[in-house]
Amino acid sequence: MRRALAAAALALALPAAAGAEPPPGGIVVPRTPPNTPLLQLGYQLYAGNCSSCHGTGGVGVVPPSKPNGAGDIRAAGPPLYGVGARAADFYLRTGYMPLAAPDSQPRRSRVLFSPRQLDALIAYVASLGKGPPVPRPHPGRGSVAQGLTLFTEHCAGCHQVATRGGYLTGAVAPALDEATPTQIAEAVRIGPYLMPRFPRRAISNAQLDSIVAYVEYAKHPDNPGGWSLGRLGPIPEGLVAWLLAGTVLVGCCLVIGKRAHR
Amino acid sequence: MIRGAVRFLDERSGGAPLLRKALRYLFPDHWSFLLGEVALYCFLVLVATGVYLTLFFEPSTAQTVYHGSYTPLQGVRMTEAYRSAVDISFEVKAGLLIRQTHHWAADVFVVAIVLHLLRVFFTGAYRKPRDLTYLIGVTMLVLVLLEGYLGYSLVDDLLSGMGLAIGYGVALSVPFVGANVASLIWGGQFPGSADFWSRMYIAHVLILPVLIATLLALHLLLVAARHHTQFRGPRRTERTIVGVPAFPGQAPRSIGLALAVAAVLVLLGGLAQINPIWLWGPYHVGAATNGAQPDWYLGWLIGGLRLVPGWDFVVGHYTLVPNPFWGGVLFPAAVFGFLYLWPWLERRQTGNYGFANLLERPRDRPWQTAIGVAVLSFVFIVFVAGSADRVDVLFGISYSTQIWVYRVLAFVVPPLALLLTHRICHELVATDRVEHVRKAAEAESSSHV
Amino acid sequence: MTRLKDWAVAGLALLVGKLAASSRTEETEERIVPAGAPDRRAETWVLALLALATLGAAGFIVVYALEDVPHKTQLLGATLGLSLAFLAAGCILVGARLVVTEQLEEPYPEPTANESDQDAVAEIVRESGSRITRRRLLTLGGVAAGGTLGLALITPALSLGPLLDTEALTDTPWRPGRRLVDEANRQLRADEIEENTFYTAFPEGASEETLGAPLIVVRLSPDQLDLPKGRDGWAPEGILAYSKICTHAGCAISLYRKPTFPEVQPGPAFVCPCHYSTFDPATGGTVLFGPAGRPLPQLPLEIESGVLRAAGNFSGPVGPSWWGVRMKKAGTS
Repeated sequence: MRRALAAAALALALPAAAGAEPPPGGIVVPRTPPNTPLLQLGYQLYAGNCSSCHGTGGVGVVPPSKPNGAGDIRAAGPPLYGVGARAADFYLRTGYMPLAAPDSQPRRSRVLFSPRQLDALIAYVASLGKGPPVPRPHPGRGSVAQGLTLFTEHCAGCHQVATRGGYLTGAVAPALDEATPTQIAEAVRIGPYLMPRFPRRAISNAQLDSIVAYVEYAKHPDNPGGWSLGRLGPIPEGLVAWLLAGTVLVGCCLVIGKRAHR
Repeated sequence: MIRGAVRFLDERSGGAPLLRKALRYLFPDHWSFLLGEVALYCFLVLVATGVYLTLFFEPSTAQTVYHGSYTPLQGVRMTEAYRSAVDISFEVKAGLLIRQTHHWAADVFVVAIVLHLLRVFFTGAYRKPRDLTYLIGVTMLVLVLLEGYLGYSLVDDLLSGMGLAIGYGVALSVPFVGANVASLIWGGQFPGSADFWSRMYIAHVLILPVLIATLLALHLLLVAARHHTQFRGPRRTERTIVGVPAFPGQAPRSIGLALAVAAVLVLLGGLAQINPIWLWGPYHVGAATNGAQPDWYLGWLIGGLRLVPGWDFVVGHYTLVPNPFWGGVLFPAAVFGFLYLWPWLERRQTGNYGFANLLERPRDRPWQTAIGVAVLSFVFIVFVAGSADRVDVLFGISYSTQIWVYRVLAFVVPPLALLLTHRICHELVATDRVEHVRKAAEAESSSHV
Repeated sequence: MTRLKDWAVAGLALLVGKLAASSRTEETEERIVPAGAPDRRAETWVLALLALATLGAAGFIVVYALEDVPHKTQLLGATLGLSLAFLAAGCILVGARLVVTEQLEEPYPEPTANESDQDAVAEIVRESGSRITRRRLLTLGGVAAGGTLGLALITPALSLGPLLDTEALTDTPWRPGRRLVDEANRQLRADEIEENTFYTAFPEGASEETLGAPLIVVRLSPDQLDLPKGRDGWAPEGILAYSKICTHAGCAISLYRKPTFPEVQPGPAFVCPCHYSTFDPATGGTVLFGPAGRPLPQLPLEIESGVLRAAGNFSGPVGPSWWGVRMKKAGTS
């Protein structure tokens, strides 16, 4: 019975743990001579780390699958044909990929690949059909004020208006404080995991510049009022009212008034 | 000089006897009796800072475009209400300090009221002849919750605008008459007629403060008229009150507490940012943000709204009970109904219709304490359920699982808490008795030595 | 040196004499407030606290007056707050050490002490009715007059808004032929609507800030659709429009989740950020999760010259439910 309870508690806590860390198996690094061409290195890395879920040549694997690749892995994953350098760059540099299980939410995690390995993998995935390149946003050309309006319209419902992240049925939209401008632009155009995919006709490149400018601002906004309390609103404010003000004022009463033992 | 002033006043009012009595009015001395005073001083800070804010705030929903000094809002469309609140925060010198002090004072005001209510409830201070005083107090709590809600909704930022929409949905959900009530208050369909903002404003700055102040004056008068309760002790009986006179003993302590409350609120107002409306942006009917919450004292209601499973109670074509009713109306009505009826219920249960000037320790009234803890635990569980989504974001515990857990806890924990508290009270009383007997035996044996 | 000594002795004598004189007068009077021993250390502390409070308050005035002070709100709060805190500490110290804290006794007022007055009041009222013969009738008349007058005085409150007529609750600005526009007031073209994302739309030529105005528009592939009976043609090319206002409590549904890998991930859905009511666009806005009790109202669309237009009004009233919500159709304002 106790074991069942412990397992239940662990299961509740596990989703976060499962996502935030890279897969426990780590990555597979092929033994290649030092001046292997990038694409060849990428092909080998892909074979060892990605093909079990994304299939050979990026065709994708549909569940239920026969065990393939190394070690009896039952896996599934969308096709990567035509996703381009953009998707590979995003998912790999954030540590979203590799993913421990096909149905867990990808989360930002420690990147295990070296910079050269990343370049190799991205080049290889980009070579699978013709796909979009890594975007180059220009937040300096954007307007933070316009970005706030656009962010509220398209993004705040999941990511919270001050980019602190939020919940939606079946997933957690992450806070954006670690997202680089490139990653923001990539995510907007890709629509990773359950996020909508915003094409240029929905959010133009100029509008995207403003959104990126806003997100960059929101990482370190002016806090003229003092300690920002995480910019989450009434929950931390209520905690401060009770735990800080409440304690101090009850303390004042204790100092002024009589206690039972005085 | 003092004599001269007193003579001046008394010749013109005849008030010297009253002043003499007032100066020597007795305050029984216990730290928990000061919690009500903390609430009172928060109210005074609210009125003072509130008056200042009315000198700058524009309660109008006329559309405008922002051209002030806060660049991230440049060129953004907003109402005059929101614009004036942003201007108070950025253009008016000391405006942000006073605005934040006002908001902190509101949050801490309700903290103090709740602590005071808990003290009154768990020591039996609400019993005759103070039941009327207590009922006035509960009414003030209801009015204060409404007053706070209106206050932060006046600013028309994204978060509070969403809260107003929910208020509309809750009003609509009252069976049979909800649509009529909501239609009347808002002047039609949400977001309401052009006058709705004026209504909120005048309710918040005049009608409710006057009501609260009147009830407060009555409350204090009644406390003074019947005198404050006290704990049992040497010389302290049902017939004799022992306390510190208002002057010179109590006055510096009360004034000191008032200044301490003001100090805490002003320090918070300057050092801890609260409700940064410029980050939320203005409200629009078609806009929303994740993580929107009401101020803490309405958090129990958001928990109530999220826990109820998704059905409208429908019979044929008649929507008898729309969903928000259970969590948004019935739940708070039940809690306040319990608070209102409690003195009468207790009288009936104990059969004690007499007067009480002495307080009881919670352990000496086990059933009352147990019931109070049970109701409190119910409210607390629903309250905590309201933040389950942020818990998912922070700790990864599935939201839907939490909702189920809270649904079960809300019905399982209160009866358990009831039984446990009752047991604990009995145990504590038993230990007291053992201590008492032991001390008496020691005293006797030492006197024989 | 002797001069100084003389002055000192004279001063001391004066002081002693004054003290003796004052104590003598005190002894001859009877005191109301008992005398207490002085506490010079506490006094010094109080003086120090008062000085600090003065400094703090002065600091506030200075910070207020200065331009271009960084963290101005924090400095204003700290100076004023500390000033208040020092003053508070001073008062509390006075209360603890510099005034006598008497513990006096007094009888509680008897709750039954005024019975004779209570009787007298009742008697006064009773005896005053000596000239009245038809008491009941007069009371009835008084109640009728007073009550009705009271009602009359409350009646103007009905001008606040429609009380009996709640038709306006079903108002929406949509009617057949009304085109959809985006936030920037551009007409929405069908070929711009892509799958896997969502769009917010408003009625052309009408206010955006009414409950019925905002729409959430998505495109699904037509074979994913399973709309309720009678809604064939409501979703041309698989483009669907729903009311953006949640049917639970009225927040704007600004969340759309779409599966990147449909084999494993949950299907497309709208989610309301307030209480997480989740709606399925493929089946006509049915509730998948959360406390909403009513499906999301759908707006029938048509495409005319490539531009999206409403083909009618919503499938039901928009916004939160009320008593008559299932008896009414969406109205046109």
